[in-house]
Amino acid sequence: MEVIPLLKQLSEIDGPSGFEGPVRELLRQTWQPFVDEMREGKIGSLIALKKGTSRKDSDRAQGPRPKLMLAAHMDEIGLMVTGVEKGFLRITRVGGTDRRVLLGLEVVVHGRRDLPGIVATRPPHVLPEDERKRTAPWDKLFVDVGLPPEQVEQLVSVGDLISVRREMVELKNHRVAGKAMDDRACVVAMTLALEQLSSALHAWDIFAVATVQEETGLKGAITAAYGIAPDLAIALDVTLGRQPGTQDVDTFPMGDGPTIGIGPNFHPSLVKRLRTVADAHEIPYQIEPTPGASGTDAWAIQLTREGVPTALISVPLRYMHQPVETLDVQDIERAGRLLAAFIAGLEADSLEQLAWDTKAESE
Amino acid sequence: MNLKALSEAVGVSGDEGNVRALVLDTVQEHVDEVKVDALGNVLVLKRGTGRPSSTGPGSRRLRVMLDAHMDEVGLMVVGHDSDGFLRVRTVGGIDSRLLPGAILQVGSERIPGVIGVKPIHLLRGDEGQKVSKIDDLVVDIGARSKDEARKLAPLGTYAAFATQFRELGPTVSGKAFDDRAGCAVLVELLRGEPFDFDLHAVFAVQEEVGLRGARVAAYAVDPDCAFALEGTVADDIPKDKDVSPTTELGKGPAITVMDRSFIADRRLVRLLTDTAKELGIPYQFKQPNVGGTDSGAIHRAREGVPSVTVAVPCRYIHSPVSLLSLDDFENTVRLMREALSRISWHTLRRN
Amino acid sequence: MRELIRKLVETYGPSGVEDQIRSVIRAEVEPLADELRVDPLGSLVVRKQGSGDGRRILLDAHMDEIGVMVTYVDEKGFARITHIGGVDPLNCVGGRVAFADGTRGVIGVEEKREDSGKVPEFAQLYLDVGAKSADECPVGVGDAAVFVRPFVAQGGRMISKAMDDRIGCALLIETLRRLEDTPHDVYFVFSVQEETSLSGARTSTFGIEPDLAIAIDVTTTGDTPEAHPMAVKLGQGPAVKVQDRGMIAHPAVRDLLVQRAKDAEIPYQLEVLEFGTTDAAAMQLVRAGVPAGCLSIPCRYVHTPSEMVDEGDVENSVRLLLEVLRAA
Repeated sequence: MEVIPLLKQLSEIDGPSGFEGPVRELLRQTWQPFVDEMREGKIGSLIALKKGTSRKDSDRAQGPRPKLMLAAHMDEIGLMVTGVEKGFLRITRVGGTDRRVLLGLEVVVHGRRDLPGIVATRPPHVLPEDERKRTAPWDKLFVDVGLPPEQVEQLVSVGDLISVRREMVELKNHRVAGKAMDDRACVVAMTLALEQLSSALHAWDIFAVATVQEETGLKGAITAAYGIAPDLAIALDVTLGRQPGTQDVDTFPMGDGPTIGIGPNFHPSLVKRLRTVADAHEIPYQIEPTPGASGTDAWAIQLTREGVPTALISVPLRYMHQPVETLDVQDIERAGRLLAAFIAGLEADSLEQLAWDTKAESE
Repeated sequence: MNLKALSEAVGVSGDEGNVRALVLDTVQEHVDEVKVDALGNVLVLKRGTGRPSSTGPGSRRLRVMLDAHMDEVGLMVVGHDSDGFLRVRTVGGIDSRLLPGAILQVGSERIPGVIGVKPIHLLRGDEGQKVSKIDDLVVDIGARSKDEARKLAPLGTYAAFATQFRELGPTVSGKAFDDRAGCAVLVELLRGEPFDFDLHAVFAVQEEVGLRGARVAAYAVDPDCAFALEGTVADDIPKDKDVSPTTELGKGPAITVMDRSFIADRRLVRLLTDTAKELGIPYQFKQPNVGGTDSGAIHRAREGVPSVTVAVPCRYIHSPVSLLSLDDFENTVRLMREALSRISWHTLRRN
Repeated sequence: MRELIRKLVETYGPSGVEDQIRSVIRAEVEPLADELRVDPLGSLVVRKQGSGDGRRILLDAHMDEIGVMVTYVDEKGFARITHIGGVDPLNCVGGRVAFADGTRGVIGVEEKREDSGKVPEFAQLYLDVGAKSADECPVGVGDAAVFVRPFVAQGGRMISKAMDDRIGCALLIETLRRLEDTPHDVYFVFSVQEETSLSGARTSTFGIEPDLAIAIDVTTTGDTPEAHPMAVKLGQGPAVKVQDRGMIAHPAVRDLLVQRAKDAEIPYQLEVLEFGTTDAAAMQLVRAGVPAGCLSIPCRYVHTPSEMVDEGDVENSVRLLLEVLRAA
């Protein structure tokens, strides 16, 4: 599979939190050849099952296969219409939309039909000094669709979605920039893993989930994980890539491999196993110390039912939540390979091996 | 008494292994079943004696959950600088003003480390007024290079305060009384005779980073009611205004009616206060709307769990050294034991 | 419905102490229920069985109201307070509150506070029940009080404290009263602790496992002088929620409400709320997920002691709920 064309497709399609339909449909088609079953979760996540394929004769009598859940979110941040005034649209955010990048942005308003629009504000020439120095607040932001007010009233209602219009751009050194790389880049990584596994043997049942509403509260992950009740889970998301104006401890260089999280959100034995697999397959990776919430689906999945050993693989990304999210395609490929290798190495008794050590570390 | 061993054990949220081992070792012989779950919680069952008073709908024994959390606040290594210093972030809530001058134990080898700031001699203007943020602080383990620092304390290494437990007379001091005090109370309760009901005790992980262990444990246990045991804020130092000290040392166990994480079930509160009054055990109400505890997670498990939090008042929690009164500790154990021996399905009836 | 609403809004029932309001509601619904129970945290769950070939539908309104709780009683018998749920200190000064046993109190503010032009913080408020010392004070730490304001109906509007969400409770009761045939298995949930944690709705939904859930709660309006821009207006019909700060309504539930309103020619509005959320946010995440939405009653002055709703909106909300519950 060609990574860049798939990434381009996924990046450019519209699917803000709560309205991921178009992404879901695209993924259904894309995953079709690699999975055995697919269904839609109660609030819209796409849940695909790739059944385990290896079975030693001695295992044949044993019960159901253990379950691994993979999660990458398919929603993106966006905007929503809150009112129509003289043909201009008042807006609010869907998810953590960054106001700083809205001015002059080209958008698509999903009214009765899709309408191109621009995020408008008053020009600096007429703005009072203090307003010019600050980021425009929400109630001073409008979207202009360039149509007469009566037509706008007909075509657009309160509650209509607005997405960012942005074509993906290829930069030097296999880097790309676009909208929604958070987290469509990891959806691609997950897809790569599924593709690699379709020609490999693996003992566990794999539930690949494109979750919804991560940006608005990890909601797809919470509900899908409950429904699946996995034995282990690995989430994939983006992490802060090194860029000017940030501290070294908060960011990770692009191109040095995906990061593996360590901290309370992640089961230490699972993390250790991922590292061992990465080392064995010579996949470069970085360690991401995470002292508290990871801000990803992993944070929610870990607390499903009676608890799930969880890990997180992240792709470093610059300019997060801006329409120029930039990353290194190699990191996506590496994340996919690491996942596939890890999955292929899981055995029927791997879960027991992950049990907590009940002896003190040092006396 | 176990409080010393529990206080001195190192177990920052996510790295509770040492406390877990100590707890398992201590309670094993007093309980019927022991399990460690996916997050590292210790779940133990002390079966009840099953007398008629504890049988309810369908003749099921009442299922009571007691919870105390094993984790303490601490630091995590998130970087190394070229001079061999460790860059750190907090795990759980620590006021960064408490860090300058602190001594830590770093990693499983318990390497000593210190946090120092710019000497007073070199301060200019009002620099001395400013509070150091965690981003500006480093831990010095004596390493001389980035490589050495990385080897001794790789990314993700945990660090805890290095504080020795001391007996001061009527009070004791040490680190992590939040919530090793609660763990110690729970251990005492498990050591005693069985109750009527099935006692599910949970030594939970990761309370300090979001009440996480208790949440999955409550789902697994599915209790009829729950008591969280804590070491809680006692802010009884002199103040300008006549306002609440949150809790006070010497006034007995503190019962939570409402905090930021939940509202206590009034029937359980009444059980505790009725028991205390009847037996002359001192008690106090914790100042409402301060802090959060595992009850915040437990009460919303499944179809809901009537819950309450009972705590030993502790001064200076979330700092390198806290202080509690032994009388308060004993009275907390006593109140809990007596209240539990009075609990039944009748307690949970509604008018 | 006025008398029902008056009875509900004037009953005491802050988050965590809902016994009194639960009794009042129970008396109204018990004769009409096929099944009735009180769940572990205290929510009242009423089941109305349908003819069988429909879905399991959960309708929720919360019984609890905001209030204040005593945190300390000083030597002189003045009480310090904290909020139960979202209470703005701005609405407290000079306000009158009532405790469970009817004891009244007045909220005062420290005269010497640093910036008397600024909205005071809770730490600068205190409660005066007229006591002369701590020993004589009839209230203690942990006691909860609610605001006191009588119900008023005039000009097609109704004004009272606790319209949020006793008006929702009234709507559910009225819907239950008027419900005739339905294919659906309908659960009417009067939840606890919405104002503090949404815990009542979360846990009762776990017990019911519905196919879809609709919260009935109030929403703010944008039609008062110099209001923040907001599309909802009093008197323009019930509002169908698109999103708020805690949740995005499931499109299928939102569309169901809109379609039924259109078919029955009931006026409705679409709502996007910038601050706050409802029980629906919690219900949505229970177990493997529940398609959830919200029917909102437009309300001015939410979380003040004088919340105002429109009688036409209330009547239209009942009609819309009944439309939702009739044949699939």
